[in-house]
Amino acid sequence: MNDMWPTLWVFVLASFIGMGVIRKVSRLLHTPLMSLTNAISAIAVVGAILVTGGDYPLHIRMLGAVALFASMANIVSGFLITDRMLKMFKTDTKPGAGGNHS
Amino acid sequence: MMFGVSQFAYIVASSLFILALHWMNTPATARNGVYAGVAGTAIAVLTTWADPSVIHHGWIIIAIAAGFAVGIPLSRVPLTAVPQRTALSHAFGGIAAGLVGTAEYYLRLSAEPAWLTPFHMVALIAEIVLGYLTFTGSLMAAGKLQEVKWVPQRPVTYAGQNFVNLVLFLATVGLAAALAIHPTAAWAPFLFPVVILLALTFGVLLIIPIGGADMPTVIAILNSYAGLSAVAMGFVLDSKLLITAGALDGSSGLILAIIMCKAMNRSFTNVLFGAFGQVQQVKASGEQKQYKSETPEGAAQVLEQASFVVIIPGYGMAVAQAQHKVRELYDQLKKRGITVKFAIHPVAGRMPGHMNVLLAEADIPYTDLVEMDDINHDMPQADVALVVGANDVVNPAAHTDKSSPIYGMPIIEASKARTIFAIKRSKNPGFAGIENELYFSDRTWMLFGDAKVVIGDLVKELSGGSGMH
Repeated sequence: MNDMWPTLWVFVLASFIGMGVIRKVSRLLHTPLMSLTNAISAIAVVGAILVTGGDYPLHIRMLGAVALFASMANIVSGFLITDRMLKMFKTDTKPGAGGNHS
Repeated sequence: MMFGVSQFAYIVASSLFILALHWMNTPATARNGVYAGVAGTAIAVLTTWADPSVIHHGWIIIAIAAGFAVGIPLSRVPLTAVPQRTALSHAFGGIAAGLVGTAEYYLRLSAEPAWLTPFHMVALIAEIVLGYLTFTGSLMAAGKLQEVKWVPQRPVTYAGQNFVNLVLFLATVGLAAALAIHPTAAWAPFLFPVVILLALTFGVLLIIPIGGADMPTVIAILNSYAGLSAVAMGFVLDSKLLITAGALDGSSGLILAIIMCKAMNRSFTNVLFGAFGQVQQVKASGEQKQYKSETPEGAAQVLEQASFVVIIPGYGMAVAQAQHKVRELYDQLKKRGITVKFAIHPVAGRMPGHMNVLLAEADIPYTDLVEMDDINHDMPQADVALVVGANDVVNPAAHTDKSSPIYGMPIIEASKARTIFAIKRSKNPGFAGIENELYFSDRTWMLFGDAKVVIGDLVKELSGGSGMH
């Protein structure tokens, strides 16, 4: 029961930080934002590591291994695709696009 | 000592996650956000792996390798497939939370029943219900977006649907409460899978009535659920890192969902229980109206005379993969000294920000992508509004027709431009099935055909000058 209150504190404060930070995210970047938060929340991988690597019966550890695989796939694809998308956002056209309009 | 080190590492990781999102506030620093996220994740994973309770390493290595093997190809999908990839990753996040929760319950039940306090049980049940529900719900959403054959594209509705969902929801809550109160009862280990099954079913039922136009909101809501299931896992494992990361994801999904709902003038409940696609047949007929269509040559001539062109992309541009042709058109117009802006409606496409990413892929500078509210201000000055595969987001019925299902939705005011060209695949109404008055306006000319082909023809006209026909 002891760990209940501190964790609730963390949750409430983190939610407010999240709201504050996300509200300021550029609207241009909402798609990469989603893939980035997805990769970040795949940090649930730590729970999966503890279950998979612990001294537990094999069938329990298998549940953990599947969860670990799923989270890891999210981490890898989430960060990679976010970076791939962000690379495309450029301020100016490449040369050859003709004169800049008034 | 060891505890202090690992806690410190987790604090660093949490801070990096917050910084990662902070850097997303402008495209200029956004890539730093990715690096911060990767660093935070790496720190957290290695710290946890070094935990003394982790004694078996074989399966961890195999699972991580498999994660890379699947994750890398998933990150290479074409950008038009990003909505379904996102939905799929929500499904992965959901199943991970669900499985860890399931494992935790059975572990504690046999080894440490005293741990199963009401608080832990509520957190655990929240984790598995949200996790499994997000899993099937997101799979359904991904299936709809990918247009998988056996997943119905159109909203599936039936009489008493909301009643069935409500009963199922109440049953889940009731059984979950029984589990939370008596987690160690003889029947509890058998009730647990029933709750899982109910959550899995609920996820499917929640998504089948939802149509394509509502996908941006639904994806955002599922994003929020995936985050909250990670939060619940954090409560179960007493991990502040997980709670922080999950709360960031949860609030992100929530804010995006709110933005999407506002952009459609609808409420959460209306999106989830409203079955948008159903309203369509109500006002189909009426007097027979005539479209005026225009040839690419004619349209190109008008475009050439313009000094300010606003292009309004929609899902049709994504379907036709027309973004690169649009870029060529953009170049042709720019070359003539014409100002070209893109008007981006928040719900254009199938996920938040979808159009921006597609246009960025085609190398269009993001400074020319303008949000709805800003472009509407300039719309009366536009010589030409070119609608590329967008429909509901430019439908003036949102302003004028109280009986329209989209009445009150903020739109891009294409009708205020001097001339409107609308590229449309066929003469049928769009996904939401609503007639669009804009197409019958006396200043609107239709360009029928595949967006990629039509824009290709426009580019040919503009680049070849005359004599092509």
